[in-house]
Amino acid sequence: MNRNDFEILNNNLIYLDNGATTLKPKVVVNSINNYLTKYSANAHRGDYDISFKVDTLYEGARDTVKEFLNASRREEIVFTSGATASINMIVDGYFKNTLKKGDEVLITKVEHASNVLPWFRLSKELGIVVKYIELDSNNEVTIDNLKKSITPNTKVISLAHITNTLGDIRPIKEITKLAHENNILVVVDGAQSVPHIKIDVKDLDIDFLAFSAHKMLATTGLGILYGKYDLLNNLKPTFLGGGMNESFDDVDKVFLKELPTRLEAGTQSIEAVLSLDAAIKYINSIGIDNITKHEQDLKEYAINKLKSIPHIKLYNKNTTSGIILFNVEGIFSQDVAYYLNKYNICIRAGNHCAKLLKDVINTNQTCRASLYLYNTHEEIDKLVELLSDKERILKEMI
Amino acid sequence: MDEETRREIIMSNYMQPVGKKDTPKDTSNYKMVNSKNDSCIDNLDIYVDIKDGVIKDIFFNGEACAISTSSTSIMINELIGKTTKEAINYINNFESMINEKEYNKEILGESLAYEEIYKQGNRKHCAHLPYIGLKKVIEEYEETNN
Repeated sequence: MNRNDFEILNNNLIYLDNGATTLKPKVVVNSINNYLTKYSANAHRGDYDISFKVDTLYEGARDTVKEFLNASRREEIVFTSGATASINMIVDGYFKNTLKKGDEVLITKVEHASNVLPWFRLSKELGIVVKYIELDSNNEVTIDNLKKSITPNTKVISLAHITNTLGDIRPIKEITKLAHENNILVVVDGAQSVPHIKIDVKDLDIDFLAFSAHKMLATTGLGILYGKYDLLNNLKPTFLGGGMNESFDDVDKVFLKELPTRLEAGTQSIEAVLSLDAAIKYINSIGIDNITKHEQDLKEYAINKLKSIPHIKLYNKNTTSGIILFNVEGIFSQDVAYYLNKYNICIRAGNHCAKLLKDVINTNQTCRASLYLYNTHEEIDKLVELLSDKERILKEMI
Repeated sequence: MDEETRREIIMSNYMQPVGKKDTPKDTSNYKMVNSKNDSCIDNLDIYVDIKDGVIKDIFFNGEACAISTSSTSIMINELIGKTTKEAINYINNFESMINEKEYNKEILGESLAYEEIYKQGNRKHCAHLPYIGLKKVIEEYEETNN
């Protein structure tokens, strides 16, 4: 859908690496171009027209994100440098100050490094215990297994909403319900979900949410940190500096601003924020539910074709998000990616930053094709055609 | 070297790599070096036995793509029995070749299969990967023994 809005697709590119980043529609490119050529000033700074305009647009983008997530207050939306930065700020700024030795954090072995390593470090620093929720036979999180993992010491559950490898959609609403009944907070890594499915932070009752702008049609260098106001208000800034302080006279006389500015030290990537505003409006114009359905249809179409090819091993044929994880038996994933690249097809090979996943699927390298709104059935046909002939792959992969 | 010959050399060294084996219990004569590529998941452990300035043996294990694996296989085939000085000269020529600089074609043997690898940005790093590790081991040996 909407392929004409993506100039890069004019070159017959088949882009199937949307889990890594997404393509940018013209409205997003224009939003950045307008900022750089028409009102390239800083926000929150000058008393002149173009700065006022930038300030208005910048804060308008915050409102756009707030509405998109159905957050209660605009102050709950903080702009960061990426989803990784958002999770690190949540762990270092909130949980480092509230957890104590022996407290338990529940994650899974399917998490992205960004939702593993900050907890590992906190474990070293504070003596908290990082535990893995047992997965079911489909490698998914179930409420029953979650119940078994919870102990009186469990204080945090930190999970990807949709994992970046298996693409399973976690039952976040049920998870937060169970968690809150046990006084546990829930951190959600929304990098692979916010661009693809409807997220209502109030309905899902999420405590903290992190996601990236560039995975949802905007540009790189921008992440979003959502937190319930009372929690966010107790999140200690990782960065101190300009823009976030009210006044300072001495070490004992430092006064910080209110949310959300307090958590946005220095100049943010303004063009990225404006591009996110354009991207969300663009997604809204299509309808996020239509995007979800399109991806589900394509995924089902692809799986039905790929599963009949004997040398293709599928790792997630039962999950419904637009991520297809596979290997060509006997061929290194990177060689498959290089082969497809010869036909202008972009997929990702490797471990996809989920280095614990090898314990779950017994391989540390896979091919990942990840879909978005502009992908088509014809593109899937081309992918399937190229993957169906193993001899051809072996012949052409080098 | 024509394209078909290049392909045959690379594929045969990939399908049946020289020197790829599990690590034996006793590796006391060997120096081990890990060669990784930041831009991909190639990950090789290379074991090198150097005695009296001569490379006695090299073997490797790990996971890598067709280009890295075949390049390692060819490297092992070409460099066992060479002096460290000859090996360094070989590596320098190999690096010149993949970086489109002047090099001596006469000494590179089957590694000429990568003479056009510079045309494929990322794969250049794959072909180069084993040499990064080997060069490090030889340089450390030279420092210790000179």
